[in-house]
Amino acid sequence: MLNPETLIRKGLPKGHLKDRLVRVLLGATTYFIVIIAALLFAKIIKDGAPVLFSTKAPYVDLGFLLDKNQTLHVFDDAQGVRHQLPASAYSDYVKQHEDAPIYNPQTFSYSGGGIVGPIVGTALLTIGSMILALFFGVCAAIYLSEYAKQSPFIHAVRLAILNLAGIPSIVFGLFGFAVFVLAVPVITSTPSDRSLLTLPLFISNYVISFQGWNSSLIAGCATLACMILPVIITASEESLRAVPQGFRDASLAMGATRWQTIRKCVLPFSLPGILTSSLLAITRVAGETAPIMFTAAVAAKDDLPWESLAHPFDLLASQVQALPYHIYTLAARIPASEYTRRAQYGSVFVFLLLVMTLSLGSMILRARLRAKLKW
Amino acid sequence: MVTDPTYNAAAPMATAIHVRDLCFAYHTKPALHDVTLDIPARQITAFIGPSGCGKSTLLRRPDIDLQELRRRVGMVFQKYNPFKKSIYENVVFSLRLGGMRKRAALDELAEAALRSAALWDEVKDRLHTSALGLSGGQQQRLCIARAIANQPDILLMDEPCAALDPTATLKIEELLHQLKQHYTIIIVTHNMAQATRCADLTAFMYLGKLIESGPTMHIFTTPNNPQTLAYISGSFG
Repeated sequence: MLNPETLIRKGLPKGHLKDRLVRVLLGATTYFIVIIAALLFAKIIKDGAPVLFSTKAPYVDLGFLLDKNQTLHVFDDAQGVRHQLPASAYSDYVKQHEDAPIYNPQTFSYSGGGIVGPIVGTALLTIGSMILALFFGVCAAIYLSEYAKQSPFIHAVRLAILNLAGIPSIVFGLFGFAVFVLAVPVITSTPSDRSLLTLPLFISNYVISFQGWNSSLIAGCATLACMILPVIITASEESLRAVPQGFRDASLAMGATRWQTIRKCVLPFSLPGILTSSLLAITRVAGETAPIMFTAAVAAKDDLPWESLAHPFDLLASQVQALPYHIYTLAARIPASEYTRRAQYGSVFVFLLLVMTLSLGSMILRARLRAKLKW
Repeated sequence: MVTDPTYNAAAPMATAIHVRDLCFAYHTKPALHDVTLDIPARQITAFIGPSGCGKSTLLRRPDIDLQELRRRVGMVFQKYNPFKKSIYENVVFSLRLGGMRKRAALDELAEAALRSAALWDEVKDRLHTSALGLSGGQQQRLCIARAIANQPDILLMDEPCAALDPTATLKIEELLHQLKQHYTIIIVTHNMAQATRCADLTAFMYLGKLIESGPTMHIFTTPNNPQTLAYISGSFG
């Protein structure tokens, strides 16, 4: 009697070695990628975490999160003690020690203080662009899935929207610069010299001037919104289609109009899906540098966006700092040294933490709502 | 096609719906050819015939354009489809569409509709819980209650029992007999036994044509058309 073990193995040998090899190769590739990602995170956490967290109470350096960005002054005093002070503290120091000599003074732009400016800037850009993108995206999705006839033209429209998702973000940045910063119409009494076209409104001396919104929060939000519109539209359409056709049939059969049906029987059930899917787009909005470089972001700003405004609406017209752009500035525009590491790694660490929280939050929310929304 | 809901107010055997030479096509694919039929008020009329013969098209056709017309016609679908709302909200949906706001009136009509659908006793203590918590048969009866809440003249049912088990089917059929005192009911069914059990009149359709119609007993015992005979005796379909 043959051993059943050998009986089974009989068929294996041919190609068996190759199979093992392929398996090892594929596995190695996968783990190689994982190791690279792990190294990246380890480096950022190792250098970034100490900036934000400390082993002593209160454990979190709130100053880094809540202080404004300043120039860092580095110098030796007469005793040979090395000082690192942000600009405001430095001027206090100079006042207090007027006659004390200062040796080896060095300054590092953007490297002192905290990063509250970029944090609130990113928050404002994210909120603003999500509002815009959700409004336009949901409207478009409702039209595409509920009203439009499924003609070749609509298919082409849908394809165009999908293709929009593949456009590099720098192209969106340039598009936003050309359109929102330089060309969109505004109503003003004092049109700018570079206005492309002015149309009289005949109300006192107001005109419609095609001069753009300048580099501003609203221009940045609009550009970012354009970038994530395809994601929002696709996600919303999917959520709308997930609502059973029976709901629409029943509602229409009872004499409801299209819009009544959509508002009462379709939207309430697809809204959670739309919102959670769109949350994934938030991380993209918060993380992009290229679209805001020319449209909204500024490297240094003394005030928080809402400070020293003549009118609340001026908030939309003001430039903001933003975390990704701040990181770019720190990395590309100032020479790296031991004194700039705190700002650089700290910013990256805070940024990663923020994006991670956002995507984790949206994933949890998504899972919960998915579980709840079964029919 | 002429639909005149005022006809319904007349004597029980008055005609509720006239269908005259109705043709209908999905894009270029014709689905109905010259269908001519009178449907009497306060009777149950069954449409039978193989799948794709145009029964449902005929049924859905009347409610294709006017909201006002749709409000006079209640419709119940093959797969029960209550909204994901409370039982109460499901029933008063069409009333709210009609702009009714008064709580007391809504409560009253909801109760009446649920009683007519023989569902009131089963759900009166849980009116504000989700409609999706009901059993299949209950959900279908809820859909019937929803369809009759704003007192339509005509009740169209497209295979209302196709997704139900025999017990639930029996309940719906009993319900049909009560409902026909107030409504003109048209029912599409694949189930010939169901047609014989419930319908007063039966119309046999095949390939978009109305082959034969008449009293149910007549159609099922002594049909005039050989195709009808072949279908009901199970030779095809």
